[in-house]
Amino acid sequence: MSSRATIDVSDLPDFAFGSRSIMWWATVWTIAIEGAVFAATIATYFYLQGNEKSWPPADTPLPGLFWPTVNVLVLLLSLLPNQIVKNAAERCDLRTVRIGMVVADLFAVAFVVVRVFEFHHLNVRWDSNAYGSITWTLLGFHTFHLVTDLADSIVLTVLMFSRHGHAPKRFVDVAENSFYWYFVVISWIPIYAVLYWSPRVL
Amino acid sequence: MTGTDVMPYSSTDDAAQHEVLQKTWAPRRGLFSWFFQIDHHSIGRRFLFTAFVWFGCGGILAALMRVQLAKPNNTFLSADRYNQIFTLHGITMMFLFGVPVMEALAVYVIPLMLGTRALAFPRANAYAYYLFLFAGLMVYGALFLDMAPDTGWFSYVPLASPAFAPGKRVDIWAELVNFTEISALIVAVEIVVTILKQRAPGMSIHRMPLYVWSMLVTALMIIFAMPSVMVASNFIGLDRLVGTHIFNPAEGGDVLLWQHLFWFFGHPEVYIIFIPGLGIVSSIVTVFCRRPVFGYTAMVLSLVATAFMGFGLWVHHMFATGLPQSGESFFTAASMMIAIPSGVQIFCWIATIWLGRPSYRPPFMFVLGFFAVFVIGGLSGVMVASVPLDIQLHDTFFVVAHLHYVLIGGAVFPLLGGIFYWFPKMTGRLMHEGLGHASFWLVFIGFNVTFFPMHKLGLSGMPRRVYTYLPETGWGALNLLATIGAGVLGLGMLLFFGNALWNMWRGRAAGADPWGGDTLEWATSSPPPHYNFLRLPVVSGREPLWHEPERAPVVAGLAADKREVLITHVFDAAPDHRYVYPSPSPWPFVAALATAAMLVGGLFTPWSFAIGLTVLAIFLTAWFWPSSPAKEGEESADSPKSGEAS
Repeated sequence: MSSRATIDVSDLPDFAFGSRSIMWWATVWTIAIEGAVFAATIATYFYLQGNEKSWPPADTPLPGLFWPTVNVLVLLLSLLPNQIVKNAAERCDLRTVRIGMVVADLFAVAFVVVRVFEFHHLNVRWDSNAYGSITWTLLGFHTFHLVTDLADSIVLTVLMFSRHGHAPKRFVDVAENSFYWYFVVISWIPIYAVLYWSPRVL
Repeated sequence: MTGTDVMPYSSTDDAAQHEVLQKTWAPRRGLFSWFFQIDHHSIGRRFLFTAFVWFGCGGILAALMRVQLAKPNNTFLSADRYNQIFTLHGITMMFLFGVPVMEALAVYVIPLMLGTRALAFPRANAYAYYLFLFAGLMVYGALFLDMAPDTGWFSYVPLASPAFAPGKRVDIWAELVNFTEISALIVAVEIVVTILKQRAPGMSIHRMPLYVWSMLVTALMIIFAMPSVMVASNFIGLDRLVGTHIFNPAEGGDVLLWQHLFWFFGHPEVYIIFIPGLGIVSSIVTVFCRRPVFGYTAMVLSLVATAFMGFGLWVHHMFATGLPQSGESFFTAASMMIAIPSGVQIFCWIATIWLGRPSYRPPFMFVLGFFAVFVIGGLSGVMVASVPLDIQLHDTFFVVAHLHYVLIGGAVFPLLGGIFYWFPKMTGRLMHEGLGHASFWLVFIGFNVTFFPMHKLGLSGMPRRVYTYLPETGWGALNLLATIGAGVLGLGMLLFFGNALWNMWRGRAAGADPWGGDTLEWATSSPPPHYNFLRLPVVSGREPLWHEPERAPVVAGLAADKREVLITHVFDAAPDHRYVYPSPSPWPFVAALATAAMLVGGLFTPWSFAIGLTVLAIFLTAWFWPSSPAKEGEESADSPKSGEAS
């Protein structure tokens, strides 16, 4: 069967950012999966709350508010270097990407360090009662998702300092990594509200 | 972009193009090359083969159960062994066969049907396959160690709680869920991204074949439903391993919560298993009735509606738990409403057959079998959607009959038809038609003789999951009949797969398009070359091969000397950019091995996850680290764009 060319794609670019790129779409569906995990866990939190007369249950103190609030600030501030990295990646500006990624990673490290204090001030053990179990589990899931993204970002940062850094594909990876960081930040706000404010307000 | 150059390619052009593409896309050779392969043909074939092996294992377990139940007071299996066997049968068919086999078929067929060179994220695809393989090895290994899960495929608490299920059996269930759901989620993301971004130019969203639509809907359902069961299985794992109390009522936990989390996944799961079947039916009906499917838009909307409604039905599995009446009424209404989109699709197919010229060849016979069996399953579904009837029939053999009519009718019949239909594309050879007809009739008759009597058994009160019963119950005769039916069904399956295996080597050569197909997979040779298409096709209708001009319109300008894929726009599939795909790599296999070791270690100590994740991080870094700039097509960002080969 013979064929004839009706479309020539040789002039098209060999990479693209945002919703044009397959990396962006993979990130979107990963976010959907993780969002569904958080939604099911938060639903469980409130479901279990219905079994208790008071929440936290009697004799269980409220979780400490100071460290998680510090973490909210850390994350909100991290949006700045994150956006700078994203913009720089989309311009293929390697120098700014390198510096910005190091700064953004430091914010993430700070967040993980503060997270350790956060666990220490939950004021309940995971095996004390169902309230303690779901509190630890929800914070644990979020920590897991944070630490995996941090590890991933550090590898990508190292990669950007290597001889492989100056490639269009890498800039797409960096831009989508920054895009994912928005989800890290946005998902922390409702989890923070559920864990630390809902027992106080609701 | 639309070229004015209408000079057709000569055969010398084609030969040169083939040589370059072959060099770029051919898998590597050598002793360990098996562990390197990432192309969607190899992985798709392995995925399918492995899923059918687990299907055979699940079938053997079913046969053992039927032997045990053939007569009252039978002592062929002990109660404990029977519990492990029925649990493992359910786990196998739902987690190791139902979902993976449909994804596996899509991994093979979808890139061909879309007219692209590869599946998106091919290395992740290999990783997902190995995880799936290890999942089955783990759970069948456990069976031989007398450690297989024994609490049913939905593993309800408190039966599965640490107090009532000591030992590691339930932990193995929980890890199996982790294995299979990670694998299924990865493949789902690949399928969605491939469908949205890699369609042939011109295949706008309203020209997508219905099978592609069905896989898009299925993959999206997987993305939103499966996290729920992963959350549930991790909760039960934590309760058992580190002493959390999420399902422990003594400490404020809740047992009913388990059922909510499980069925929020479990009900969509049913649709995840049979919606691909609906897509296969549309493909087969189109080709064997020689006309486009009647009511394309109605079909697409019905698929999407089924998916949405599928998330609002889960409580109908929980009518017997004493939920508030208003809640029960809502879920009854929702459950009955799902019959509407299903009915619309059935009527559209009937209209297609009516208006077309049906030829009754084996794939089409399996579709006709699907109509009969699936409609009966749908009707018994409407029956149990009603609360009073459900409370009478809950946990009886009536439900066993219903679920097998829906799942075997909705998924296995179309799947067997689909295998017969795409077998020549995958192997280059045809299955034997006479044997195909014989296997269809054996499967169809055997299936009905096995499962129809179970309706009656359930109505007369026989509970499911009992390892034996007393002669005074009067259930003996129908159970014996069901066992005889199972024998016929098994014979039909053996004949079908024997036919497939024999003809993989001995079958008649198929040629590119043995059925006169309408979709793009039939435009390339059988089996397809590693690069799928010499030049990517350009599409101008829903049945591209049926209204193709004499010289097929194709894409020029895609590099042949590297693994370049054309990325198109989501809705109109206009060409957007070119993107280089990764080369074969052993790291997905190594990473899957490490993941498996971590999950199995997690049965015994939570530290397994700390160590495992660290090791995994190292392997994943090796996986993502580029080998060399030239190989991966990673020219410097300022260098001029690469040229093309032809």
